[in-house]
Amino acid sequence: MHVTLSVNGTEHALDIDPRTTLLDALRDHLDLTGTKKGCDHGQCGACTILLDGKRINSCLTLAVMHEGDAITTVEGLSTPDALSPLQAAFVAHDGYQCGYCTPGQICSATGMLEEIAAGWPSHVTDDLEADPALTREEISERMSGNLCRCSAYPNIVDAIAEVGGAAK
Amino acid sequence: MNITFKMDEPVGSSLLDHTRQNVISRPIDRIEGPLKVAGRARYSAEFKFPGMVHGVLVGSTIPAGTITGINETRARALPGVLAVVTDYETFLRNPGQGLETEAPAQGVREIAYFGQPVALVVAETFEAARNAAGALDIAYAPAEARLDFRALQSEARPKESSQKSQGDLDRAMMDAAASIDAVWTTPSQNSAAMEPHASTALWEGDTLIVYGAYQMLSSDRQQLADALGLAPDKVRIIAHYVGGGFGAKLGISQESVAAALAARALNRPVQVVMTRQQVFEATVRRSETIQRVRLAAGADGRLTGIGHETITANLPDEDFSEPASASTQFLYGGEARRFGNSIVTLNQVLSASMRAPGEAVGMLALEGAMDELAEALDIDPVELRKRNLPPRHPMDDLPFSSRSLAECLDHGASAFGWADRNPRPANRREGEWWIGQGMAAAARSNMLITSSARVTLGTDSRALIETDMTDIGTGTYTILAQIAAEMLGLPVEAIDVHLGDTAFPAAAGSGGSFGAASAGTSVYLACKRLRETLAERIGATPEELVLSEGMARRGNAAKPFSELVTEPLVATATVEPGKTEENFVQAAFGAHFAEVGVHVHTGEIRVRRMHGTFAAGRILNEKTARSQCIGGMVFGIGTALTEELVHDTRLGTIVNHDLAEYHLPVHADVPRIDVVFLEERDHAANPLLAKGIGELGISGAGAAIANAVYNACGMRVRDFPLTLDKLIAHLPDPDAVQP
Ligand code: FES
Ligand code: FES
Repeated sequence: MHVTLSVNGTEHALDIDPRTTLLDALRDHLDLTGTKKGCDHGQCGACTILLDGKRINSCLTLAVMHEGDAITTVEGLSTPDALSPLQAAFVAHDGYQCGYCTPGQICSATGMLEEIAAGWPSHVTDDLEADPALTREEISERMSGNLCRCSAYPNIVDAIAEVGGAAK
Repeated sequence: MNITFKMDEPVGSSLLDHTRQNVISRPIDRIEGPLKVAGRARYSAEFKFPGMVHGVLVGSTIPAGTITGINETRARALPGVLAVVTDYETFLRNPGQGLETEAPAQGVREIAYFGQPVALVVAETFEAARNAAGALDIAYAPAEARLDFRALQSEARPKESSQKSQGDLDRAMMDAAASIDAVWTTPSQNSAAMEPHASTALWEGDTLIVYGAYQMLSSDRQQLADALGLAPDKVRIIAHYVGGGFGAKLGISQESVAAALAARALNRPVQVVMTRQQVFEATVRRSETIQRVRLAAGADGRLTGIGHETITANLPDEDFSEPASASTQFLYGGEARRFGNSIVTLNQVLSASMRAPGEAVGMLALEGAMDELAEALDIDPVELRKRNLPPRHPMDDLPFSSRSLAECLDHGASAFGWADRNPRPANRREGEWWIGQGMAAAARSNMLITSSARVTLGTDSRALIETDMTDIGTGTYTILAQIAAEMLGLPVEAIDVHLGDTAFPAAAGSGGSFGAASAGTSVYLACKRLRETLAERIGATPEELVLSEGMARRGNAAKPFSELVTEPLVATATVEPGKTEENFVQAAFGAHFAEVGVHVHTGEIRVRRMHGTFAAGRILNEKTARSQCIGGMVFGIGTALTEELVHDTRLGTIVNHDLAEYHLPVHADVPRIDVVFLEERDHAANPLLAKGIGELGISGAGAAIANAVYNACGMRVRDFPLTLDKLIAHLPDPDAVQP
């Protein structure tokens, strides 16, 4: 099946099996292997990407459903020489170990900070009317879909808090 | 220049204490960090080759029996399918154990556990292979399976090599002023590294190249060569980046052999990635345990007897048994002692090493028992431990190479604010929560494993390190660069580190907390050799030589490397364990402190804060070391509260074979974690004077949490994990103490 995917600002015309997930299209067909596969079932967050700016698990959607959508992967956030503020903060705070969950954490955090800025409440937000504060508790709650078996969690939260300008 | 060094004697001093470059130990950022955060570090399933095709493993649907036939018709008829690869003799039945150099159990006609890979379906695309894998018709003659660990525990066979005893423990128990005799149980667990096991296999002539997600490449290469009947030099394994291991990737797993056979049959590169479910069902687990711990003590709190006996499970013909008493044997004194393991044969996936095999679950029992003893004697738990530190190994009468445990206990207690703890259980309430604090000691044996590295000092004043050592998130790239930078007087940026390729000198690999010290020592020794050459070239003795900023100096005379090194200088060094291994007890130590809340109505447990003080010889990089300890402590949260692999005792399946149902700690489960390292040097461990830390953080962490739960709500749960169903029926009266 033909589909044209717009990934990190570049259009890619693909002829793929309709069963191909967006994740496998990125990894196997476009060689964008920064997006990781940890479970293929929407259970780990390693495959998180930004779809029109919103974070999604790319293993849970089919590539052919995304003609015309703006897809951003971790490769689209930077180059190794010019990291995004979140990427640089992950390095500075050691917000990873093996690095396998890391692109998902970073894409997820990028989307998450936008959600907070847009005023979306979470399970731990006390006041649903007010703008949610960027506390450690909010960050941890909102990032809980991104597993890290190396368990860099406290460092990841430090990195996100610094970039998001969290209340101490 | 090849040198070999055997660790037969404690080393007097380490050059790292004299080079004064201020690079070693510094908390510098990981040198490969920018690649990882930008998604440009490539893992084993991320290499593509022309003509590469995809394989999907098919697992057995019975736990025991024999395959009577495989009908490929339906699978082969699907579009894109290239082959159904089966090889009853050669396919791996079990994955390999760590450090083994022979092939793991092979032969898959006989089924030993549910999910045992029996065939590989290969297709042009992953989608086609996955679909066809579900269409393979396999007929079985089922046999009776052994599936119920607790029901079969009376049939456990003793593991002879683990039986140790001294004095009369029964007598000591009878004569004790206070004693504990109880049974702790811990569940089956899975390492659940985020990167699934994967191999990309291709043949270049008669040489097999595998990009494999493995921890110990040099022994894995030997396992793979043996399994395929090849000479080891006809196998090359590459793993530049490994997405976590935690023991599950120590030995080779089934996808490697399957991919290699398929690649040979099809004459095309083949990539095989296990599904998450296959990782749970077919790789490696930590065995469930039943542990009986006995402690006998006088009224002064001094132990007179200690026993730690463990029942574990494994597959037929596998004799690994979780060594739960590993640190119990030297951590505390007491004349009468008894230790031993026994194994129940089960038709469940292989039991092998998962992070800190032994201590990770053994210290849940030991340190829980110590907490109970402290209460029985009305002695502070920190003080009870300090009173029982033996001067030498209580059975082998060996000295400790270094042991700052008392210092860790004191420092941790004061940093955590232990003095303010209310020792009366169920006595502190905040809102809807009972609040409690607990502690435990940490201990993990230290090892040195033979390891080699080559260091090349180039004419461009850069150094290149080459070894088949892996970095599985442990920080190897960075600490090896730091060691070389410190030794050679070069900036870290001038060191290139090439790891994870068996084309390089064979290293220890990542496992058992020995990687950093073993591989690090080989780099140290090679650099030391290069220093000697540079010293000669400027007419200095090695003692006079000072290297810094790319210059070699002797007194006031200085020459740049560019003048001294006109041809690349190469040194290869190997370190081997020696007599210090037999003559000293070597372990890293620490102290864990935890505060939890237990919900007054539901029994839900939340960890509120954790503190760990550790001493592990020289710390090679404070930043990556701290992350290692945090990682271990979070494993402790999972061990204490959430992780349990549930085996169906009728069907042999793993009920929760995915990341939705096997509960790893997530962000919201993890509080702020403090980690402090005390200054220490270990002269018997290795010339770096460093000890391993990769597993120290988990050892004892879960016990501190369980002890805190007792302090919070007065309930001793000895059956891990501490899920709320085990608490809710017996929670104290919420109104007994007002918030
Ligand atoms: S791979 Fe998509 S959530 Fe795990
Ligand atoms: S860094 Fe290894 S899983 Fe998160």
